[in-house]
Amino acid sequence: MIGVEEVEGRAQHSPERPFLSVENLAVQFKTEDGIVQAVDGVSFSLERGKTLAIVGESGSGKSVTAQAVMGLVKAMGGIVSGEIWLDGQELNGLSPAEVQALRGAEMAMIFQDPMSSLHPFYRIGDQIVEAIMAHRKVGKGAARKEALEMLKHVGIPAAERRIDAFPHQLSGGMRQRVMIAMALINSPQLLIADEPTTALDVTVQAQILELIRRLQGEFGTTVIMITHDLGVVADVADDVAVMYAARIVEQAPTSETYYHAQMPYTLGLLASIPRMDRGQQDRLDPIPGNPPSPIHLPPGCVFQPRCKYWEQVPESAGHCKTDRPELLASGAGHSVRCLLPTDARRQISQEVLQSLRGEG
Amino acid sequence: MAGYVVRRVVSMTLLLFLLTLTVFFLFNMMPADPARLTCGKACSPAIIEANRHHLELDIPPIEQYQRFVGGIFFGRTFSKDTPRPIECEAPCLGYSFLRNTEVLTLIARAAPVTFWLAIGGFLTWMLIGLSLGIVSALTRGRWVDRTIMGIALVGYSLPSFFIGLVLIFFVILDWNLLPFPQWTTPDKDLGRFLQTMILPWITIATLYAAFYMRLTRNQVLEVFGEDYIRTARAKGLPERVVVLKHALRAGLTPIVTAAGLDLAGLLGGAIITENIYSLPGLGSLSIGAVLASDLPVITGITLVTASLIIFANLVVDLLYAVVDPRVRVG
Repeated sequence: MIGVEEVEGRAQHSPERPFLSVENLAVQFKTEDGIVQAVDGVSFSLERGKTLAIVGESGSGKSVTAQAVMGLVKAMGGIVSGEIWLDGQELNGLSPAEVQALRGAEMAMIFQDPMSSLHPFYRIGDQIVEAIMAHRKVGKGAARKEALEMLKHVGIPAAERRIDAFPHQLSGGMRQRVMIAMALINSPQLLIADEPTTALDVTVQAQILELIRRLQGEFGTTVIMITHDLGVVADVADDVAVMYAARIVEQAPTSETYYHAQMPYTLGLLASIPRMDRGQQDRLDPIPGNPPSPIHLPPGCVFQPRCKYWEQVPESAGHCKTDRPELLASGAGHSVRCLLPTDARRQISQEVLQSLRGEG
Repeated sequence: MAGYVVRRVVSMTLLLFLLTLTVFFLFNMMPADPARLTCGKACSPAIIEANRHHLELDIPPIEQYQRFVGGIFFGRTFSKDTPRPIECEAPCLGYSFLRNTEVLTLIARAAPVTFWLAIGGFLTWMLIGLSLGIVSALTRGRWVDRTIMGIALVGYSLPSFFIGLVLIFFVILDWNLLPFPQWTTPDKDLGRFLQTMILPWITIATLYAAFYMRLTRNQVLEVFGEDYIRTARAKGLPERVVVLKHALRAGLTPIVTAAGLDLAGLLGGAIITENIYSLPGLGSLSIGAVLASDLPVITGITLVTASLIIFANLVVDLLYAVVDPRVRVG
């Protein structure tokens, strides 16, 4: 009986639950080489209107996490487990048709490469109109008017003319603006931006980030920003989740991440950002080695093979090669997946971050 | 775009000219001596030489070619200095002395048969090939896909004379489901026409459908990996729209190319299928002409068929522009 009550309790809207809550998300792909564990036990939550940055290297599972939230992973043949709560509704248990109705309406996504993310054969206006009419019963003329307004709103000059342009007639920055216009056209509550500036020129990058931030303010959108660039994060995110080999290894408010990061991997990421205030003779400090194969993840800490500090873990705390660390709270809103004792981590953190600022 | 079309038409005209030159001289260099073929073994050299003059083969090849091309544009007269001159009006593709008929008349008589054969076969295989190809792509790796691809492999491997003979043997002779094929035009006797054509259509479609199934499957699967398909799904479009409007449209270009050229090739005659079903089309006409060394007919059919292919190439290139705006507005 208790089990039944629990199930019923889950299905109902719970007021305490944050706007977006991902619980124990896991994604697997069956390949010819074996099962790829692309996402493993990822949990995070996000209040309405806030921005979460998911940071990690290529292949760390950050894009797959985002696409799992959008319900796009199943179409690619992935197996998704765990719970995804959006505004009181659990998404992973919904039918494909139900998720499809939410996609593009309640939640929208923009992608890394605007060059290839728009259909090359259709006019951009028609592609936006298609997004409107997929979710709302409006006439074609009204939809087109709305699309034009949105194109102006995202800063496309001469939008009256450009609305009939094909994607190949626009620059990369313009295309990403079109993608943003298309994503926001149905006023989604959640916007996932998957490396939205990676493929763009640096000057355009700043414009696009500024545009996303402005629109987020106007529409009150909740944003997940996926990036491998910690420099982007500082400006836009409220919270940062660092992913490594399919797992979140550290999660904290943005300033906490920059000034008190504790996980050796996060410290490595921070150390590898090029900085103007570093001496020219100083070399960048890359993390040695490569991420593990997603088919053969190490049984213990996934970062151990590349970690400089694993030998400092005392016997009593466990062994990095065999014991898998949990993501545990370590201060306000800060959680870390590491076997090092908290004091040792803080010590290492201070040393590394101070040397980065040139004070060591 | 207009400039592009003009350029294409000009180059097409040039190509057609080169084509007449090649075809004409290729066939006139053949070892067969048409003059000798006009009478039997007992012919005296005098008669052969007379016939050579009569066939206008005793003048230099260049002049023969001039008359041939002249005939296409202005018409020409054969056997001028005999009591019964033969008027061949423009466009005159030549005269078959073996069959005592103008080549164009022979072609015009055979063309509708081949036309109906090709069109029906084309529609059948495109329908089957595209739909099963899409189904196959959507069920990739599952048993439906494997079954379809297995059928495609078998269809692709069977030669059309085998399929044709098996169909005739079972459907017509053994099970008596259809009467023996006898050509008639659809306006004269539609029932008879359909009864005659259904097996030839199936025979032709089997081979081509197998190819188009695989082509369509590959195209759809390739396009499925594109970012804009993910965008289409992220917009919340139904999977049906994603497949038919976004994926198929993008993967259509190679299918259009192959379809245009295959259809054009088939309009030049399906030699094996026409022969098996005794259809008096261009394929039967050309095989008959080859066996009888009827040079004017061979030249005429080759010219018409090659022109069709050149024309189809133009149509295909113009269709690219319809399908892909990157070609149209650059």
